[in-house]
Amino acid sequence: MVASIIHRATGIALSVAGLAILTWWLLALANGTDAYAGFRGLSTSLVGRVVLIGLTWSFFQHLLTGIRHLVMDTGAIFELRINKTSAILTFLGGAVLTVLFWAYLLGAAK
Amino acid sequence: MSLGDSSTPIGKVRGLGSAHHGGEHWLTERVASIALLLLGIWFVASLLFLPKLDQRTLIEWLHAPSGAVPMALFIVFAFRHALDGMKVFIDDYVHEPGTNFAINTLLLFLALAGGALALFALGRIAFGAVA
Repeated sequence: MVASIIHRATGIALSVAGLAILTWWLLALANGTDAYAGFRGLSTSLVGRVVLIGLTWSFFQHLLTGIRHLVMDTGAIFELRINKTSAILTFLGGAVLTVLFWAYLLGAAK
Repeated sequence: MSLGDSSTPIGKVRGLGSAHHGGEHWLTERVASIALLLLGIWFVASLLFLPKLDQRTLIEWLHAPSGAVPMALFIVFAFRHALDGMKVFIDDYVHEPGTNFAINTLLLFLALAGGALALFALGRIAFGAVA
């Protein structure tokens, strides 16, 4: 239930903010150094970081609940216990992958 | 099965109900989401494996076919999947046919315009000069 709601919420966040930022990022890359400096300035600001970390979490969370839904489409894991366990695993996985991703990016100082 | 519904259960499962394409549409959505799953992993892995994330490195990455082609596919499948998902969401909550049609049409146009804009930007990088 919660996993399903989160799957939708993260999907909407990725569809709206994620795709807008992806498109803006590509346009900034294509439009020369000044355009990219503008993107870089905003994306490395505090607000930019919060938004990007939120979207990274949305990405990993949506990816994992998406895989879970694909497994459920085969008719598997409908038994209450494994259904709940798998939902909890997506939340653990989403949080862990987000932390690892940003720890590596910031640690490697890219 | 309701009275007056002539299709058999197996016919429905095979998408041979009155609409003739329900099952196919459902399966196509799943196949497209598996494609995006692979492309999404490629995108995130690329960001991690690139030596730096400065403009020059990113442009070199998207200038080469090994970066440009998967990125083009990622854009197409990401916008398509977003449109599929938003439609499910809208269809679940907006039941008035006129409003439903208007919102779904607006979302279709937004997805097409956004996807075209992203592909255009990628094209400039892929076919342009490396700075």
